[in-house]
Amino acid sequence: MASVSLAAAGPVIPDYSAQSSSCVVHNHLFCTDWISHNFSPILWPALRQHILLALAAVAIGFAISMALALAAHRYRRLERPTILVTTFLYTIPSLALFELLVAPVGPNVFSAEIALVSYTLLILFRNILTGLRAVPAEVLDAAEGMGMSRRQALWRVELPLALPAIVAGLRIAVVTIIALATIVYTIYDAGLGVPIHTALGEGPFKTELIAAGGLAILLALLSDALLVGVQRLLTPWARTRAS
Amino acid sequence: MKTEDTAHNEGPSAFAQAAELELRGVSKLYPGQREPAIKELSLTVPAGEVCVLVGPSGSGKTTAMRLINRLIPISGGDILLGGESVLEREPKALRREIGYVIQQIGLFPHQTVGENIATVPRLLGWEEKRIGERVDELLALIDLDPAEMRTRYPSQLSGGQRQRVGVARALAADPPLMLMDEPFGAIDPINRARLQDEFLRLQAQVKKTVVFVTHDIDEAIKMGDRIAILREGGVLAQYDTPQEILTRPADSFVAQFVGADRGLKRLALTTLAELKLIEPNGLRPDESADGARRVPRETSVRDALSTLLSAGGQPLTVIDGEGRVEGLVTLTLVEQLLSEEAANANANGNGNGNGNGNAADGG
Ligand SMILES: Nc1ncnc2c1ncn2[C@@H]1O[C@H](COP(=O)(O)OP(=O)(O)O)[C@@H](O)[C@H]1O
Ligand SMILES: [Mg+2]
Repeated sequence: MASVSLAAAGPVIPDYSAQSSSCVVHNHLFCTDWISHNFSPILWPALRQHILLALAAVAIGFAISMALALAAHRYRRLERPTILVTTFLYTIPSLALFELLVAPVGPNVFSAEIALVSYTLLILFRNILTGLRAVPAEVLDAAEGMGMSRRQALWRVELPLALPAIVAGLRIAVVTIIALATIVYTIYDAGLGVPIHTALGEGPFKTELIAAGGLAILLALLSDALLVGVQRLLTPWARTRAS
Repeated sequence: MKTEDTAHNEGPSAFAQAAELELRGVSKLYPGQREPAIKELSLTVPAGEVCVLVGPSGSGKTTAMRLINRLIPISGGDILLGGESVLEREPKALRREIGYVIQQIGLFPHQTVGENIATVPRLLGWEEKRIGERVDELLALIDLDPAEMRTRYPSQLSGGQRQRVGVARALAADPPLMLMDEPFGAIDPINRARLQDEFLRLQAQVKKTVVFVTHDIDEAIKMGDRIAILREGGVLAQYDTPQEILTRPADSFVAQFVGADRGLKRLALTTLAELKLIEPNGLRPDESADGARRVPRETSVRDALSTLLSAGGQPLTVIDGEGRVEGLVTLTLVEQLLSEEAANANANGNGNGNGNGNAADGG
């Protein structure tokens, strides 16, 4: 009884004033009408921010990792120090890293991105380098023996052959970053973490929590499926094994 | 009539001139090694001939190949292709002019057969239309159906098909020189013999200068117009025609390398077609042609001898492609051939340079 009146009092759930349905008022587990009323003002902006946060982090992380992996592919001795540094970054607890960055950078999108990017490096660097190294020696010998330059061999042979390993790394990175981006709210007011955090303060009202959390999961699954599809399109040769 | 004629005539004429290859005192010392892998190697491969480099493992065969297309730097001496030093050429441009086939083939797994074959033409910037035509021409040349095979990936081919595509890829830009490093080494014996025969047929059409590496002396005898036998340390032990090497090995190393059965191997160099066969009615009284086994005229004398022995010495009937009887071959005839050869050898006679006639059991 008390909880009903508390919910109806209205300070915790934003913007449901006169339209509040009995579902919302009675704290049913999942209220579709709450979703339809709050999708455009709350969920959609959060989802869009979340996508942008993750996309930027993976794109920047990919560019850095690719450069590092190409360098380590050519100069073997760069591998160990790179692994060391990226592993260190990967092991810092995420909440701590976010807080650590606020002091020098400020509670803004830059802190958020630096933290997210740093978590992609180890995964992407390792996968790209593994992919490049797995190119068979005789294939490279043939490429060189037929008169390809280093650059031509890289673009025409090594990178295409490393693609499955690279996409495998991207899939892990994307799913990881989409999950991690839900705690960006602790330093910067963006992403699905915002409605999730709000919902956690909404007591028995679970719709917002389920909706925002569900969106994060759905986003991760869809992104993963998208990458699988892209890989299938780009590597038709990998599907024809042992026919 | 036009279609057949052009298709047939275009073959040889569409290929560029083969070039003579000359190695002049070539040496190679790998960094950190005390002994050179190749020492003062000199030999000339006439344009359009197959030179087989043969020798035990570690004798520097692969090293010699990779010096020619400058995949590794030379330590001393010079290499001339068509009279020009390869050392003055830009390495990448040079390699695009030299066909390169390796044992592991090294097809690009992510590219179709067509794309693989198109590699060098693409690097040379040919027009797409010309590349497409060339790919189809080469696939036909190696007996693969262009329509079916062009779009396959290497993983969808058999080992033999892959190796043939590797050869086609090396031939794509019509190089004056082909380097083949144990190209059939990883193929099972039956398919290897087929690939060898096929390559000889192909070579008769394209007439490239070919350096062919193998560690198998039988393959060397079969494939080579000339054979260069290397010993450890990259020293040339003998460079001669198969016939000469089998008849007159230069030293005990060569004699041992070609094997105690070199007399038999020599018989493999001659086909029944090259013998003066006995007329069917010219038999001695103790020999009879009744129920004789039939062998095609392309059979090597070695294989015919083997058949003769298993037939208990009874004569064999030699037939041509249409099954017509050409004559008979008997143990006596083989004996005659051997004594003639021995006489020739002693009289310093010149061996038959063409060691390529032996498609045994062709029927
Ligand atoms: N990259 C290399 N560095 C040092 N030594 C090498 C290298 N490649 C080959 N060798 C040595 O050179 C010799 C000849 O090798 P190789 O040309 O591969 O012989 P083959 O092809 O006849 O088996 C061997 O003793 C081998 O150990
Ligand atoms: Mg070798």
